[in-house]
Amino acid sequence: MNYFKHDFASLHELLVNKELSVTDLTQQTFDNIEKRDQKIGAFLNLNKEAALEQAAQLDQEGVAADNLLSGIPLGIKDNIVTKNLKTTAASKILENFDPIYDATVVEKLNALQTITVGKTNMDEFAMGGSTESSAFKLTKNAWDQTKVPGGSSGGSAAAVASGEVIAALGSDTGGSIRQPAAYNGIVGVKPTYGRVSRYGLIAFASSLDQIGPLTRTVRDNAILLNAISGLDPRDSTSSSHAIPDFTAKLDGNIKGMKIAVPKEYMGEGVASEVREGIKNAIAVFEKLGATVDEVSLPHSKYGVPVYYIIASSEASSNLQRFDGIRYGHRAADVKNLEDVYVKSRSEGFGDEVKRRIMLGTFSLSAGTYDAFFKKAAQVRTLICRDFANVFNDYDLVLGPTSPTTAFGIGEDINDPVTMYMNDILTIPVNLAGLPGMSLPAGFANGLPIGMQLIANRFDEETMYRAGYAFEQATDFHKEVPTFGGQD
Amino acid sequence: MAISASEVEHVAGLAKLAFTDEELQKFTGQMDEIIGMVQQLSEVDTDGIPVTTHVTDATGVMREDVAVSGTPREELMRNVPQHQDGYIKVPAIIDESEEA
Repeated sequence: MNYFKHDFASLHELLVNKELSVTDLTQQTFDNIEKRDQKIGAFLNLNKEAALEQAAQLDQEGVAADNLLSGIPLGIKDNIVTKNLKTTAASKILENFDPIYDATVVEKLNALQTITVGKTNMDEFAMGGSTESSAFKLTKNAWDQTKVPGGSSGGSAAAVASGEVIAALGSDTGGSIRQPAAYNGIVGVKPTYGRVSRYGLIAFASSLDQIGPLTRTVRDNAILLNAISGLDPRDSTSSSHAIPDFTAKLDGNIKGMKIAVPKEYMGEGVASEVREGIKNAIAVFEKLGATVDEVSLPHSKYGVPVYYIIASSEASSNLQRFDGIRYGHRAADVKNLEDVYVKSRSEGFGDEVKRRIMLGTFSLSAGTYDAFFKKAAQVRTLICRDFANVFNDYDLVLGPTSPTTAFGIGEDINDPVTMYMNDILTIPVNLAGLPGMSLPAGFANGLPIGMQLIANRFDEETMYRAGYAFEQATDFHKEVPTFGGQD
Repeated sequence: MAISASEVEHVAGLAKLAFTDEELQKFTGQMDEIIGMVQQLSEVDTDGIPVTTHVTDATGVMREDVAVSGTPREELMRNVPQHQDGYIKVPAIIDESEEA
């Protein structure tokens, strides 16, 4: 199946008209993966037998004519639990973890008859921006296999960008959907905090984590977010806020839309080719009838330190559950219970996870709590206020998704602080709980440039509307990676 | 140095992690750099600014107290590394051989 020539609607048409069976589509998806994944390394674990069984059953019942997702094969990030399908969060500590329930998003997708083809690679416990901290394998950028795919949802992004699958789910705590989407030239959305249930998402930083879709088009993205949104009694932070049809305003009309470009997002730390790409994108929006003004988010530069304190503190608490007792790796050769904890954790967690647990534990310690955790939580308030001020006057905030295009594999992995700075433009969005989208806005040296659109809380509609208008006015989303001339 | 190797070792103890000497040196250097980076927050005036620990509107979420069936024990035991007779098996909490 050549997914580069399709979207949900065109696949649905083939399935409904019986020009293609769900079994064929599913088998062809596995063929895509077999053909390309040796180069890309997007998947950790395939669900072949169960997926083909489910496809055969759906062929018997017939796909639902009024449901665009019926019979569509999808990839799922490996920190989203799937019943009877191994889920590891790319960590050795969960190497053999066999979930006994489905995450709410997976339940919702199953009810819509999508087919889970496998679990995608990621940074261990979603901690990282390159997928290099996975305990199991490297994933390569779909456009250049010497470059990282970004992270932490690097497997999901590379799987979609390389045409292995039409769409995938990821999770975003500080940019983990948007940055890999940017690096791979696809559309990635982090919904408003609370829009999507976190039940069954292996927790990293609970006040920041959100699940969201990675797709090749804005419309497909909106369709997939429609499918996974909603209040869930099992996640008390999920919201009862009304859910509009996110595809309803995809009409290309953004006349009079007021867009703000923070000067901090176009400053010196951003590579000149990325700035250039975003300036060209701004010109497109102006041509479409939007007004674009420069604004200031004065506390932007503190986003990274605030995030690393808050996310690491929450992680140090969330990851206490990995103690070798009820599930996960248990160390052999232990003398007592303390030994089980210390050895299991020390053997099971990789270095990046240990660094974050350490920073979090340190930030929450008696002597440092006020200067670190409390201070960060106060500056978080200032970051939220910066955005609130801008949204008093504007519909949307626009900027680059990441300061650079995809960097080389191995380049930053031993330099945590440099690695952390890659998230400087995405992190504030999580801290403020806002929805954010990355979509293709050009290329530099053959690598995609991602543009970020940020909307007010629960206003994904405006973000999708603007993203769709831009996509329709440009051709960047039609570019396809070539895999060294093959394929 | 913002943090010393012995402080890092202390934090590791709190976090139930153990490091070799070599790892401890590496982590101390990296932690020092990270803490140096996050300390730029001290330049921000936060006098009287409240903390933000979550970004939901929701306050207490209530539900009816209705009994529902839970997950079967066999299911729950599926990922337990060591168990016997329906119980999770762990080493002795106090190792008598360690007593002085």
